[in-house]
Amino acid sequence: MKFPYTEKVLEHFKNPRNVGKLENPDGKGLEGSPACGDMVAVYLQVNPDTQVIEDIKFESYGCASNIATASIITELAKGKTIEEAKKITWQEATEELGGLPPVKAHCSVLAVEGLRASIRDYEEKHGLVSEQEPTTPDVIRSRLKHVMNPMAGLDIVRTELVTKMEINDGVVRILIDLPSNHQFAANIKEEVTEKLESLWDVKEVNVVFTE
Amino acid sequence: MLDEMTYLDNSASTRLDERVLDAMKPYFFDTYAVATSEFGYSMGIDAKEGLEEARGIIAKSLGATSEEIVFTSGDTESSNMAIKGVCAALKKKKGQHIIVSKIEDFPVLNTAKNLEKQGWDVDFISVDAEGILDLDELKSKLRDDTILVSIQHGNQEIGTLQDIASIAKICKEKDVLFHTDATHSYMRVPIDVTKIPVDLVTMSAHTIHGPRGVGALYVRKDTPLEKWMDGGFQESNRRAGLENIPGAVGFAKAVELVTDKETEFLTTLRDYTIKRVFEEIPHVTLNGSKKQRTPQNANITFHYVEGESMTLHLDMRGFAVSTGSACFSRSLEASHVILGIGGDHERAHGSIRFTFGRYNSMNDVDAVVDAIKEIVSQLRAISPLYNK
Repeated sequence: MKFPYTEKVLEHFKNPRNVGKLENPDGKGLEGSPACGDMVAVYLQVNPDTQVIEDIKFESYGCASNIATASIITELAKGKTIEEAKKITWQEATEELGGLPPVKAHCSVLAVEGLRASIRDYEEKHGLVSEQEPTTPDVIRSRLKHVMNPMAGLDIVRTELVTKMEINDGVVRILIDLPSNHQFAANIKEEVTEKLESLWDVKEVNVVFTE
Repeated sequence: MLDEMTYLDNSASTRLDERVLDAMKPYFFDTYAVATSEFGYSMGIDAKEGLEEARGIIAKSLGATSEEIVFTSGDTESSNMAIKGVCAALKKKKGQHIIVSKIEDFPVLNTAKNLEKQGWDVDFISVDAEGILDLDELKSKLRDDTILVSIQHGNQEIGTLQDIASIAKICKEKDVLFHTDATHSYMRVPIDVTKIPVDLVTMSAHTIHGPRGVGALYVRKDTPLEKWMDGGFQESNRRAGLENIPGAVGFAKAVELVTDKETEFLTTLRDYTIKRVFEEIPHVTLNGSKKQRTPQNANITFHYVEGESMTLHLDMRGFAVSTGSACFSRSLEASHVILGIGGDHERAHGSIRFTFGRYNSMNDVDAVVDAIKEIVSQLRAISPLYNK
């Protein structure tokens, strides 16, 4: 049989490690959304003295690449300190899996983002975030890199759907180069809002369709 | 390959029937000459006879005359020929407005989009939640400069059948030409052109166990149609290029082999699949219409799980099906058909299309439903969307 995936990807896809939920996790991250494609949730249990990830679980609503990457990432992260786990890259996970089809990159990146989001959540909950940085266009840009352009399979920043990002007194304004009645407009608006409204100094998010 | 692959993707393509191959063989090895006129040499005359006999069989299947059938390389070419041919013929005489539905297959949809780019006025008509065209919207969009309406007969993904008799009548009253892409309904749901005033019909051999690379376009007598591909004078100067005679003969044989009994059997497989899935798997939605549906198509969304994961698991167990999920498609776009019937991405993502053919059995249905039942529950167990 011919599959577009390596043996290792198929193995993790068939028998994913560390699946499920943790009751009362120390950190929880959710990336993606059902509207735009894959979604992944990562749950952490961290030893407060050593900062070691003692248990990790994931859930996935996603394709084979997403499930396999999430699975390998939980294996890589388990037993590491959160500082070490933060440094796990998508390249590392992909190499560990023996490679992935390039077109599936974003599905697997999402799994890595899930881990990072869970670590960020842990740090925020446990007062480990040193200082609250003000939201700048750079912060907005990095957040919006997690919103997919479903027409391209890449994010809306890299595919230049976002034409402008502004922040004034906590009010964010995002210009999107699509007609407002476009079939993906509502989904994109929802995701952009979701990614930005949780920032501590953001009061309001306006998504404007300009085409 | 597994020893035995259960193929349930018969709307993508079908296994060739051996009897079709047997009918084609003489035209590869014995009567392989180009079709000549009656003043040509004898092998060419024999080839021509084979081609014309095939044409007669295709014509008869629609109640048409032989002169009204043009052989093509398949449904993509047929639909391009129909739409571009009519547009070129009537552009200066009548106008530059055409109408298609939002859920057309790519040959019609992308031809329409291409014309739109070239300055044509194109209306994309909506369908309801079952995929059925809004006839009132169609009526309201017809204008004095409308030259063509192209609405499919059976949908490629969700199997919804359009009421082409009513659509043809509406077009006829307004003196607008009507083309229908019947690729996914041809020989399964009858079209009689003596009763339905349709002007152009797209057909293909690959959906009925015929060879791929051959199709036909029905062109009602006196329909204005400009030649869109330049070359020789074949097919009464309507389609340039060496005639694919083995293909045409195989197509005709495939047409002759379809029986009402077989179509009824496909309907039974379809209904049994839907029945078992709905009885045994929670959180499922039927995509398309329950009643107005092609006999071979069952398309179901399994909520909270993603389609490529399902199809890969099924593949590993020896079943071939397809999905409307973006992750499965070459373009990474979710199905425009599921979105067109008002479905969201989640619905497209979890959709599985089962399409049946001659070589499927009730056992195949039982086996695939048993498999998907396990796979769906396995994937739901790891889905963050599913409330366990």
